[in-house]
Amino acid sequence: MSDISYDFTGRTALVTGSGSGIGRATALAFGAVGANVAVADISQAAGEETVELIRAAGGTAEFFRTDVADFDSVQASVASVVERFGGLDMAHNNAGVEGEHVPLGDIRTDDWRRVVDIDLNAVYYCIKAEVAVMAARGGGSIINTSSVSGLVGGYNLGAYTAAKHGVVGLTKAAAIDHAKDGIRVNAVCPGLIDTPFIQELPQIALDRIMLGTPMSRLGQPAEIAKGVLWLASSGSSYVTGTALSIDGGTVALSAGTNFEGLAL
Amino acid sequence: MNVSYDFSGRTAFITGAGSGIGRATALAFGAAGADVAVSDVAEPGGLETVELIRAAGGSAEFFQLDVADTAAVERVVGAVVDRFGRLDIAHNNAGVLPPPARFGEIAEADWRRVLDVNLDGVYHCVQAELRAMVPAGRGAIVNTASAAGLFVGYQQSAYTVSKHALIGLTRQAAVDHAKDGIRVNAICPGAVDTPFVPGTPPKAVFDRLMLGVPLKRMATAEEIAAAVLWLASDAASYVNGVALPVDAGLTILSAGSDFSDLDL
Repeated sequence: MSDISYDFTGRTALVTGSGSGIGRATALAFGAVGANVAVADISQAAGEETVELIRAAGGTAEFFRTDVADFDSVQASVASVVERFGGLDMAHNNAGVEGEHVPLGDIRTDDWRRVVDIDLNAVYYCIKAEVAVMAARGGGSIINTSSVSGLVGGYNLGAYTAAKHGVVGLTKAAAIDHAKDGIRVNAVCPGLIDTPFIQELPQIALDRIMLGTPMSRLGQPAEIAKGVLWLASSGSSYVTGTALSIDGGTVALSAGTNFEGLAL
Repeated sequence: MNVSYDFSGRTAFITGAGSGIGRATALAFGAAGADVAVSDVAEPGGLETVELIRAAGGSAEFFQLDVADTAAVERVVGAVVDRFGRLDIAHNNAGVLPPPARFGEIAEADWRRVLDVNLDGVYHCVQAELRAMVPAGRGAIVNTASAAGLFVGYQQSAYTVSKHALIGLTRQAAVDHAKDGIRVNAICPGAVDTPFVPGTPPKAVFDRLMLGVPLKRMATAEEIAAAVLWLASDAASYVNGVALPVDAGLTILSAGSDFSDLDL
């Protein structure tokens, strides 16, 4: 039971990295409220599975294989989306990678480039292609997936942190320059999300993560999707250039002040 | 609008609901089926809001309240729970705007009044609301901060100070009461077309103000209310301790970079 509902009938949403995780949750959420969903992912198998899930629920979706780190691929996909659905109203630029978990000075330069290419340059490529078609239609809404790592730092996440901070800056720049085109651009900053990678961590590591999470639980991909849908909707008509934390309170907290479990 | 809410069976308490943003929020909650506790220091405005909600088929009751009066806050929140049987949502919105003054020239009486209402008033309200919400194990509180809680404008006197502090209050309450199932967030409206700022500014002043706003227009009170409803809804279930700008990019733009009206 939900206290909110949307109707995106007749509108088209593009979601990159929607073969899994947050992207898939957003694609399913858009599909459930009537949008035409352009499912973009580098993995055809994963993307087509998302398409099947949307169609099985009665929605409209199509897969567009996209390598977001390649501008030509992005541009071709956006053009195909417009050809298939007649235009583009909403885009969730979400595809991303974390990179190696090592101290900054130990990051291999090719891994640095890969993370920055996929997490930052790719978002620029997507925005560049999207604003061109949205402006022609009189406006639109773009939501980029940044991260709590776009607002604060964490250990052994150097390239990711730099790229996600960059996404917040890119979001602001795009919001400012394209407000006059009727395009709103915002970011979501997810905290720790329930994914297979997190689930594989030992309990002591999960407990440590929860020290820094006031709500004491991981976020669900669907909870991030809910933020994306609102930023895409007319309910956020005066919201642009923001980086919305969806993190259970993580960035508001100085975690070292949590003395729970200490024998004091 | 492509987003809608169903808050039936839930009670929303709104301070400063006799005009502007508070009234717009009260009307929006009323239209979405909530029982609305309309509070304001001014009885005529508050009663008018109640009449507007009832005329639209909603449920509302007026509670006269000066939020700077601790005992009155405690009494009114108790009366709201007595009347509607529960408290699910609170929008602490009442605020005052002091006359413009450079910092060194702020009158002591203005400083006290602004801090009493804009900061201490919210402190009283949140404490009383927590007492009503914590036993139920859930609740959503949304405070009206301001763009002036994130950055500074000329001669905004104690207003800027009170709103910066209110964001700190919001984060502290969010962190400490996450484990009680309570979410506490703030909205940061930019330039809003309400009677809060009296009079119509001369065109030259308005144009100068809009230099800082990428969307080049003021918000309607309804656009701010739309953000309050989202933060109060289950769609924001993992959003806690945020200060959400609803400002069309006001707080992310370095306004001196806008040369669009200059003959260069």
